Amino acid sequence: MSDAAPLLVCRDLTRHFGGVVALAGLDLELRPGEILGLIGPNGSGKTTFFNVLTGLYPATRGEILFAGGSLARARPQEVYRAGITRTFQRSRLCLELSIFDNLAIGAHQRLEHGLWSNLVRRRALARQADATAAAARELLHVFDPPLAARLFEPVAGIPMIDRRRVEICRALISRPRLLLLDEPSAGMTADETTRLMDDLLEVRRSFGDLSIVLIEHEMSVIARVTDRCVVLNYGRKLCEGSYAEVSSNSDVRQAYLGLT
Amino acid sequence: MSDAPAWLRSALAALTLAAPSGLLLYGFLSAELEGRVGLVLAAGALAVAGAWRTGWLGRLVRMAGERALVTAFTLLAGGLVAVFHDDPFVLLLMARAFIVLVACLGLHVQLADAGVPNFAGAAFFGVGGYTAAMLGRGALPHPLVLLAGGAVAAAAGSLLLLPLLRTRGHYAALITIAFGLLFRTFFEVNESLGGPQGLKLAGLEILGFRFNDDRRVLGVEVSGYAGYCLAAVAMVLLALVLVRRLERSWLGLALDAVRLDETAAACFGIEVARWKIAAFTLGNALIGVAGGLSAMMVGFIAPNNFSFQESLVLVSILLLGGLGNVAGLAVASLIVVWLPEKLQPIQEFRYLLFAALVVMVLVLRPTGLVPRALRRPFGSPAA
Repeated sequence: MSDAAPLLVCRDLTRHFGGVVALAGLDLELRPGEILGLIGPNGSGKTTFFNVLTGLYPATRGEILFAGGSLARARPQEVYRAGITRTFQRSRLCLELSIFDNLAIGAHQRLEHGLWSNLVRRRALARQADATAAAARELLHVFDPPLAARLFEPVAGIPMIDRRRVEICRALISRPRLLLLDEPSAGMTADETTRLMDDLLEVRRSFGDLSIVLIEHEMSVIARVTDRCVVLNYGRKLCEGSYAEVSSNSDVRQAYLGLT
Repeated sequence: MSDAPAWLRSALAALTLAAPSGLLLYGFLSAELEGRVGLVLAAGALAVAGAWRTGWLGRLVRMAGERALVTAFTLLAGGLVAVFHDDPFVLLLMARAFIVLVACLGLHVQLADAGVPNFAGAAFFGVGGYTAAMLGRGALPHPLVLLAGGAVAAAAGSLLLLPLLRTRGHYAALITIAFGLLFRTFFEVNESLGGPQGLKLAGLEILGFRFNDDRRVLGVEVSGYAGYCLAAVAMVLLALVLVRRLERSWLGLALDAVRLDETAAACFGIEVARWKIAAFTLGNALIGVAGGLSAMMVGFIAPNNFSFQESLVLVSILLLGGLGNVAGLAVASLIVVWLPEKLQPIQEFRYLLFAALVVMVLVLRPTGLVPRALRRPFGSPAA
């Protein structure tokens, strides 16, 4: 274990939906720069954890500390401003907007939103649009150079893998400290996912200490990229450790495969 | 053509579009007999369909660009006012279409940009009108009276904000419907606002220029409505510049994000409620200003003019033109305002006609006459 203070600490994080306990007292720590794999059977509370963490569902009980501040009662907008961004299991891009527009939504925090600066000072606005377009191109270029050239085309016209790339770039363009990836491999082939994750790791090198929490069913992806894994089952932490450790754990094998 | 300077090409393209449109509009507005109106309509529909099918319409529109098209619209409107300078009926018809266009631009910001439904458009239009009626008699300069109409309409809309932010979709629509009905009743029972009989208004007067008076200009008799028509055109231009600048900026992008996916928008720091409030308020202000001018022009205002049906007409213009497209809005405003006036036999069945028209468009062309276009980049042209 490293000595650095953890970036994210969750204590006793709990979320009920009526009588259903989706998250049952989860304790979790994440170190700066760490890539954590979050695995578990369907319905084990992985996406609920993301939704609680990003403020979409308020926690029923428990504490979330991020970079020293509490996020347990934070709204999604405050979570974003604190430096946490995410992707969604089912792509939530704005299909009828251009790639640029979608990335600019991700950069919301850094853009001027005053009436005067948007309606009257059009030159300054154009400069800010240029700078945003340059940042978007640079980011897209790492993932796929041809995609960067299609910046002003509608998202509706690009294939699934490019949509995943755009969604990840939308989450990256604000330079977050923590990125939450919800099943990036969904709807893609194993090769495509491998490429996507390699590109993501390349971007991450230029970002300093970006931490990532990755929900994934594709175990080869988990094995390749994560430093550590947490296994959830029925909203509880079943075990944690390196991929090799958790994959040989008997509780995990039972939860996944029903083996004893 | 290809090596001509860009401005020349755009001007030529705009002219190529404006000349036949002008001819068509002139033919339509000057036709008295229903047979001739039908003939002009058929010819126009044929011409538009032909130009659209062969791809020329789209090509010319793209070549002209937004600025040249707006200039062409202004010149066309000015030209028509000059031609019909002594025909109050035609002038009134034109002014009404332009005023309705301004109101629809307000509705457009709400529904097409931010996705906030408003089925009480006529009520906010009425609030602007009643404000003009109350303040117009005083010493306040009339341009400020019109702005006050917008402000009061926006303030009236703020009564709706709380329930509107707590609901979505059909439920939000229902709230606005209820509000529209309430407001009409409020006007009806309020004796100080004239009750069901309504109120008379003073005509518009700017810097001593009285819009209601007929006058001689260069020895030619000019109807008072010509001035109203030009004022309405000016209002359209102001509203157009405002709305288009709004859309081609970070503000428009934030509204798009709110409309398309509130959850994702919230996860990227966009304050959904704040943007809905902004769009709803701005939209109502535009509707209110338009209502003020309309009431001053007509000189009379009564609750009956602001029924739920009138609100539906405004929304149907949006759907007909193509939700999210300002150019479509202009075309649809002309169709919806002018058609029943020119084809008197259908006047009585005009709501039926609109309903049929909207159903037809939704079935045959769900995106409206002119579909929403992708936002053009607003960075510097060279980059």
